[in-house]
Amino acid sequence: MSEAALHLPAVPPSRAGAQRVRGESLVVRCLLIAVSLAFLALFLLLPLVSVFVEAGARGFAAYQAAITEPDAVAAIQLTLLVASIAVPFNIVVGIAAAWAIAKFEFRGKNFLVSLIDLPFSVSPVISGLVFVLLFGAQGYFGAWLKANDVQIIFALPGLVLATVFVTFPFVARELIPHMQALGSADEEAALTLGASGWRVFFAITLPNVKWSLFYGVLLCNARAMGEFGAVAVVSGKIRGLTNTMPLHVEILYNEYMGAAAFAVASLLAGLALVTLALKSLLEWRYGDAIAASRRH
Amino acid sequence: MAAVLPTLRWREPSILPGFGIALGITLTALSLVVLIPLAALFLKAASAGPADIWAVATSPRTLAALRLSFTGALFAASVNAVFGLILAWVLVRYEFPGRRLVDAAVDLPFALPTAVAGIALAAIYAPNGWIGALLAPLDIKVAYTPLGVMVALIFIGLPFVVRTVQPVLEEMQGDVEEAAALLGASRWRTVFRVILPPLYPALLTGFVLAFARAVGEYGSVIFIAGNVPMVSEIAPLLIVIRLEQFDYAGAAVVATIMLLLSFALILAVNLIQAAARRRFGDV
Repeated sequence: MSEAALHLPAVPPSRAGAQRVRGESLVVRCLLIAVSLAFLALFLLLPLVSVFVEAGARGFAAYQAAITEPDAVAAIQLTLLVASIAVPFNIVVGIAAAWAIAKFEFRGKNFLVSLIDLPFSVSPVISGLVFVLLFGAQGYFGAWLKANDVQIIFALPGLVLATVFVTFPFVARELIPHMQALGSADEEAALTLGASGWRVFFAITLPNVKWSLFYGVLLCNARAMGEFGAVAVVSGKIRGLTNTMPLHVEILYNEYMGAAAFAVASLLAGLALVTLALKSLLEWRYGDAIAASRRH
Repeated sequence: MAAVLPTLRWREPSILPGFGIALGITLTALSLVVLIPLAALFLKAASAGPADIWAVATSPRTLAALRLSFTGALFAASVNAVFGLILAWVLVRYEFPGRRLVDAAVDLPFALPTAVAGIALAAIYAPNGWIGALLAPLDIKVAYTPLGVMVALIFIGLPFVVRTVQPVLEEMQGDVEEAAALLGASRWRTVFRVILPPLYPALLTGFVLAFARAVGEYGSVIFIAGNVPMVSEIAPLLIVIRLEQFDYAGAAVVATIMLLLSFALILAVNLIQAAARRRFGDV
């Protein structure tokens, strides 16, 4: 009770009273809301709606045919396969990075955080290019790979590497601020009571950060499945073999098969909507738990 | 040595286990996936030799592509700064039906794959598209011109400004602006002299994030840009073209110039931010 009383002054004054002093006139308010909504409708809503309209333009049968033809199915499977390797990898590394950075004090920590964030400021095309320079036919390891019959570029390993590069920061970025905000007192208490290190992690740390972990995984997965530029450079775009869904969309579109391109694109747009819905749900439900990392 | 000179210890002692393995995993993965590949890029660019680097860097096509990517990104980030600020303001300060839905929708460019956004924007702004058809009688062409590049870059950068300004605006206490109003300042003056100045650092951060994303953007741009060399060809596309011609060194040089330019810009803004923080306190 006394705690609640202490917090009372921090509650902002009622909107009705404050509005006269702080608020804008009704005209200005409506104008600003109208400008915002018009801007969003023009730049966000219209493209999204057009994807579904164009996808359905040729009727349901054509839509179904476009997403069940063998090349499309192969692209869907490849996208799922790449994400199912890249995302778990980034979960493990993200948790390890967050543990080292949030639970310990060491020199060069800020520098390490900047390095982890580095892929965010690298163009997706460059993220693919670097692997071509390393593993491509004329790359630094190209001759050796060829002699040993290992294919990385224009094959699955290249797609995974490029995807991991692009999605590298996502999980760590959500976990680090949350784990820093929680501190280490719980873990230290458990250790003093005799729990093993792994037990402390699985019984205390992981349950504490599970929602921000899920949040990071959600964003990581959306980017992994939707990545285009980095994957385009390393894929070679061999139909049925190294074509992911976004690349399949590009090929169909460039061959003037617009309806089919938008049909496959509508699946990706659906994934984006599910991601957004889950993300919003997490923010509304567990906003406090992930508040530290919510906005970035 | 470390025991004799405890001040030189590189990490604080802790009873928590797992520092070694956690840092080990992080550094190994970071090196293998990010750092060594990026080092290979710089190495490849440097191996081209000064004469070739200069020839690639100053070729009219490279310069045109870099100019389009950087000016386009600056323009798009500026548009996003203005509308992102208004959007953040509306979302934090006003109640209206559907506010939460609008709030959630702001993140669409983060979630929507860039290729999907690209073909959708191209379809809308094409001469026979929904908006393209409206603009055609006015003789305005968006798709397949540099203007189309701007449209795609505005789309991709929008969430950055909103999401960096929004939390600062949410935490802003009303007492200062109430004081300003009670002291007789007009609402207009209160907004520009009292409310906006503390928002500038967040606004600048959002601007830089939107800019950095826009400079390197590829997927959402190439469909709407038309990709005419010297006119509507962006720098990332030029890298892809060089690569398709097996001109690895040329691709690496363009990529290195792009990276160094955007790192320099981000660093400059961070220095401005740090200076502003020293001058005005942590706002």
